[in-house]
Amino acid sequence: MTSNYAPDGATQLEIYKRVALLKANDERSRKVIMNGRLVMPYYSYRGQEVIPSAMATALTDDDYWVTIYRGIHDMLAKGMPLKDLWAEIAGRVDGTCKGKGGPMHLTYPKKGIMVTTGIVGSSMPIANGIAWGSQLSGNGRVAVATFGDGASNIGAFHESLNMAAVWKLPVIFLCQNNLYGEHTTYEKATSAKRVADRAVAYNMPGVRVNGNDPIEMFAAAREAVERARAGEGPTLIEAMTFRFHGHVFGDADAYMDKAQKKAAMEADPAPIFRARLIAEGIATEEQLAAIEADIETQIDEAVEFALASPFPELDELTKDVYAQGAAA
Amino acid sequence: MSDTATKAKPVTILQAINTAIADAMAADDTVIVLGEDVADPEDGGVVGVTKGLSTRFGEHRVRSTPIAEQAIIGAAIGASLVGYKPVAEIMLMNFTTVAMDMIVNHAAKLRFMSGGQTNVPIVIRTMTGTGFGSGGQHCDYLEAWFAHTPGMKVVAPSNAADAYGLMRAAINDPDPVLYIENLPAYWTPGEAPEPGHIVPLGKASVVKEGTDVTIISYSRVLTEVVAAVEEMEAAGVSAEIIDLRTISPWDKETVFASVAKTGRCLITHEAVTEFGIGAEIAATLQSEFFGKLKAPVGRLGAPYAPVPFSKPLESAYAPTAKRIAQAAISLTK
Repeated sequence: MTSNYAPDGATQLEIYKRVALLKANDERSRKVIMNGRLVMPYYSYRGQEVIPSAMATALTDDDYWVTIYRGIHDMLAKGMPLKDLWAEIAGRVDGTCKGKGGPMHLTYPKKGIMVTTGIVGSSMPIANGIAWGSQLSGNGRVAVATFGDGASNIGAFHESLNMAAVWKLPVIFLCQNNLYGEHTTYEKATSAKRVADRAVAYNMPGVRVNGNDPIEMFAAAREAVERARAGEGPTLIEAMTFRFHGHVFGDADAYMDKAQKKAAMEADPAPIFRARLIAEGIATEEQLAAIEADIETQIDEAVEFALASPFPELDELTKDVYAQGAAA
Repeated sequence: MSDTATKAKPVTILQAINTAIADAMAADDTVIVLGEDVADPEDGGVVGVTKGLSTRFGEHRVRSTPIAEQAIIGAAIGASLVGYKPVAEIMLMNFTTVAMDMIVNHAAKLRFMSGGQTNVPIVIRTMTGTGFGSGGQHCDYLEAWFAHTPGMKVVAPSNAADAYGLMRAAINDPDPVLYIENLPAYWTPGEAPEPGHIVPLGKASVVKEGTDVTIISYSRVLTEVVAAVEEMEAAGVSAEIIDLRTISPWDKETVFASVAKTGRCLITHEAVTEFGIGAEIAATLQSEFFGKLKAPVGRLGAPYAPVPFSKPLESAYAPTAKRIAQAAISLTK
């Protein structure tokens, strides 16, 4: 990628704040589940933090994001408040969806978080429509659709990239390639050498970047955002990464290459980024420690807030199926 | 149906739908149209239902799409989330199967799953119906699939005035509405609707009053029911005919009032009988009127088979006036 889009020091620090938040939140989520304080299906994103942190830093609050079931990192990076998030994943009334969506359906339109889907590939057709709305109204807002490498093999991916290119929509297709679709390796399931290569078929730019490198990831994100805002159409970004904790938290990882996993975890992007910020004089150890301590406090408060929040009343079962007061 | 003596020239159902969308687009800039071939360079739809709209309102608001049903419904959903009211055409009802994930998992559920933070005010227009020899994949009635999906509304007009009024209501509705059009009935003329005429969703229409048996239908088969009146009357059977108009949510109040009076009910539709709309209504009526019915609730739909091609087989598939009359008469014996 061109260095014209490289983040300056202040921007890198912004990205790091998100990375630190995401990492701490994942660690706490697994701990809270292990302690039996909370029961939910949990798709850990640990290892993938840099991708949404850099992407979200290249966006504004007004831009839109549609994510998937492994998407809590995306939502936090885009600005979903911790308390709303934790109360939602605990199934409580103070959750962002009143406890009715859960971890796979997080929604927070106030920060442009429009849909979290539990269906592989389904973020993309909806992001197109949101981007069409931006195009019609000329408001300059960009829509990001995230998805995994596995989703690049489903029909919705191909239908969406084609339509987005034909209509020149301000949308960014952000593939988080963590090398596995559920339990199956990328190579075993995917004909293309790189997901990014598929962009050629849809006449749009396709770039593969190291999604764990904040500089490279931010540059790609920034360039795609500028293209979209300028009315030049969609971009496909394939961000290479690795998920540390399998498909769903609790799976035995037996299908994963042990050496590959070990190497990936040793190359954990979060501490590497942290060390570089200090080495390059962008931040001091004390500064980062203070940021991290503050995040821990915020998470403490969010967890306690969530677990103290009541469960929804049973009459919520049939509310929000249709507009209130509508015939049903 | 009509409560005004309109002197306007009759219009076809096709024209009524076209006018309804045009009037809605003129009244509200957020109403947009998308689907295969819907813009005028592509003939304004394969049958011409959207003819003239892109010329009048621009191709930015009336967009022909790739043949990609998931992308069509996804685009409609996304645009609806940010303030637009898309009217999406899925050319044929069988093609909705390609977009079921978008319709069932997303359009229908986003309001609920977001705890009411978002809603999906889209209309999905789709046509279907036997009669043109299209065989097994172009003319199914799949309304039960959608009515079985919480969050969806389903309408199926039988005449031009209702086609207009239901379209205006569907576009105004804050939730996703599947709007079913019958292909062979597109050119059936009927009383012209008043501009701005609204048929509220969930309200049935009593097409004809009667005393012996309530016959419930919707879409094209309703006209078969009306055509059966003569034979029923010759047999001394007075039928009350209800056009459901909205399949989900269905108008229990109107149906209950009628069945309370007649004590008998026949539900007839072009979809296969098994697990169909008739089953839901029959089960509800048998709970509501247990011990008060004069006959078991009858159902008359298509046989449990795909739509056949060969003309005699196709003609025997959907309920006809004759078979409806016979079924209704038999309930009174």
